[in-house]
Amino acid sequence: MSKVTDKVNTESFLVASQWRLMWWKFRKHKVAVFCTGVLLFFYVVAVFCEFVSPSDPRERDSAFIYAPPHKIRFVGQEGFSLRPFVYRMEGGVLDENWIRVYKEDRSSALPIRFFVRGDSYAMFGLIKSDIHLFGLDGGEALYLLGADHLGRDMLSRILYGSRISLSIGIVGVLITLVLGCLVGGISGYVGGATDTVIQRVIEMIMSLPKLPLWMGLSAALPPTWSPLQVYFGMILILSMMGWTGLARVVRGKFISLREEDFAMAARLAGATELRIIRKHLLPSFFSYLIVSLTLSIPGMILAETSLSYIGLGLRPPVISWGVLLQQAQSVQVLAEYPWILSPALFVIVVVLAFNFVGDGLRDAADPYK
Amino acid sequence: MIPVLLAVSVLSFVVIQLPPGDFLSNRVAKLLLEEGTPAIEQEIEALRQQYGLDKPAVVRYFMWIGGLLQGDMGRSFLYRRPVNTLIWERLALTMTISICSILLSWLIAFPVGIYSATHQYSFWDYVATLLGFIGISVPSFLLALLMMFGAYSFFDVTLMGLFSPEFAAAPWSFAKFVDMLKHIWIPALIVGLAGTAGTIRVMRGCLLDELGKQYVITARAKGLSERWLIFKYPVRLAINPMISTIGWLLPTVVSGSVIVSVVLNLPTTGPMLLDALLTQDMYLAGSFIMLLSTLTVIGTLISDILLAWSDPRIRYE
Repeated sequence: MSKVTDKVNTESFLVASQWRLMWWKFRKHKVAVFCTGVLLFFYVVAVFCEFVSPSDPRERDSAFIYAPPHKIRFVGQEGFSLRPFVYRMEGGVLDENWIRVYKEDRSSALPIRFFVRGDSYAMFGLIKSDIHLFGLDGGEALYLLGADHLGRDMLSRILYGSRISLSIGIVGVLITLVLGCLVGGISGYVGGATDTVIQRVIEMIMSLPKLPLWMGLSAALPPTWSPLQVYFGMILILSMMGWTGLARVVRGKFISLREEDFAMAARLAGATELRIIRKHLLPSFFSYLIVSLTLSIPGMILAETSLSYIGLGLRPPVISWGVLLQQAQSVQVLAEYPWILSPALFVIVVVLAFNFVGDGLRDAADPYK
Repeated sequence: MIPVLLAVSVLSFVVIQLPPGDFLSNRVAKLLLEEGTPAIEQEIEALRQQYGLDKPAVVRYFMWIGGLLQGDMGRSFLYRRPVNTLIWERLALTMTISICSILLSWLIAFPVGIYSATHQYSFWDYVATLLGFIGISVPSFLLALLMMFGAYSFFDVTLMGLFSPEFAAAPWSFAKFVDMLKHIWIPALIVGLAGTAGTIRVMRGCLLDELGKQYVITARAKGLSERWLIFKYPVRLAINPMISTIGWLLPTVVSGSVIVSVVLNLPTTGPMLLDALLTQDMYLAGSFIMLLSTLTVIGTLISDILLAWSDPRIRYE
């Protein structure tokens, strides 16, 4: 606390820009700062997923169907080693209950190394390479989160899936931003009957149960569409219903700011309406926009996951977290191979992080309070 | 209200009309594939006319909406029965789950919210806040999955369905109703969790605002007992925003119940709507979307009326 009161009296506080003040306030929300780090980490991993993931997410291996996660060890028969290693898995035969059982071969320790050569890939479809951030020597597959029903590495699939699942939130939010600002801005600035009509429409959309409509719309996407088209179709569907909250924020701010003295002063000084909006109104509520957007990203990620999970969203061979969770439909499978559920953990962590960051941003949005 | 419902009806119809091809052509293709015999032309044509598929979409819309107003929602292609006979029980169960989960979430959110506000920044306040954030972040279908998984692997129980096997197909009776109550709290709890978390935040925030006001200080200065003071004045005021939140709680809860029902395989709208959408059973899917939306809109309207009833300031405005 004392640090802040000190700042109030110092020169640096008085001359600090709005954004600097916000940063100071945001920094106090420790959880939010930590979660920002978590999100940055996830997004960096998503961008470089080809390099970070230990194997090719589409590489099948019939010898490792439903293989359990490798146990990372430091202590083995040769004693302690600082380099973590795993034992080679053997078996994969069905027991009397039709469950696959794997044994560890204690005689062969496989060290985990950085920058190993493995499955070849083309980063962003351009840079060809076969070097992975970490993995096992000699092209052995590393299953840190186990394998799925085709023997594909879950971790690699999750990392590739994060590219789709995380980008849906961002791209969707951009569309939401445009729609929300446009409609909300018109509603707030023009006012009168236009405002009333737009508000009624927004209220109507808000009072509809979104999921059944989403289900209907995504079922309506033509099955002949390519994965990329389906992806953008999904984003469009999700943001068509999601802009209403933002439009309300924009409208509310517009109405209250329009009457402020500084807007009046600018008008008297002969500024054009566009200039007032751009130079005076927009910067005043830009921070609220960011808050509202941050809080709407997790909703999009969850919606994609839910829709893909019930089979109405993205479909294999596209890899997204929702698509990965499709395998987790049957409780019997889950009970025997619980690592199939691991994408869920990533969904929860990311959504939680977004909510905390949004919370911190909300506190920081008005630094003059 | 009426324009909203009209817009909803157009939307539901458009949703159903968007997919290329129709149920009949899918069926013909499937028959060809499975049995190798092309369906007889005349038979298809007869079916096409029976369902009105040969007319333009606008005409079909008016046929549909006209029937809807007379209580006739068309026929389901898949079940070969009037939609009417299929959906009411399922819709009623969906709404029962939704209402139960709202009630349940209030039952939890009220005391927790009051406690959090009166014990701000205490240990349990932080616990409630954290649990609230987790509640918002875990999608309901995942929670259903996790609970199913937990129940199966630790207690060896399958959390499926809404009735015990002996009641599933039985006609409605008091025993069946009691049996439903025994099962319904699990989906209601799962569906309500996100709403509960949100409601706790709203309750806590409103109560905190009220607690800082002068009338509370005055009452306290006059020596009113703390419990009496909190429940008599600030809580009563903090309840208003809770009632107005039904407006957004209900759509979320209905959405949640649809997907949770799919996961838990409950005999509600969820699984049937999904099936209908996947097989392009347009009248069935359209009716579901239409009625779910209608009921939600009506629920929102009721919440407005409730708000006016509970808050005289709004009534006399």
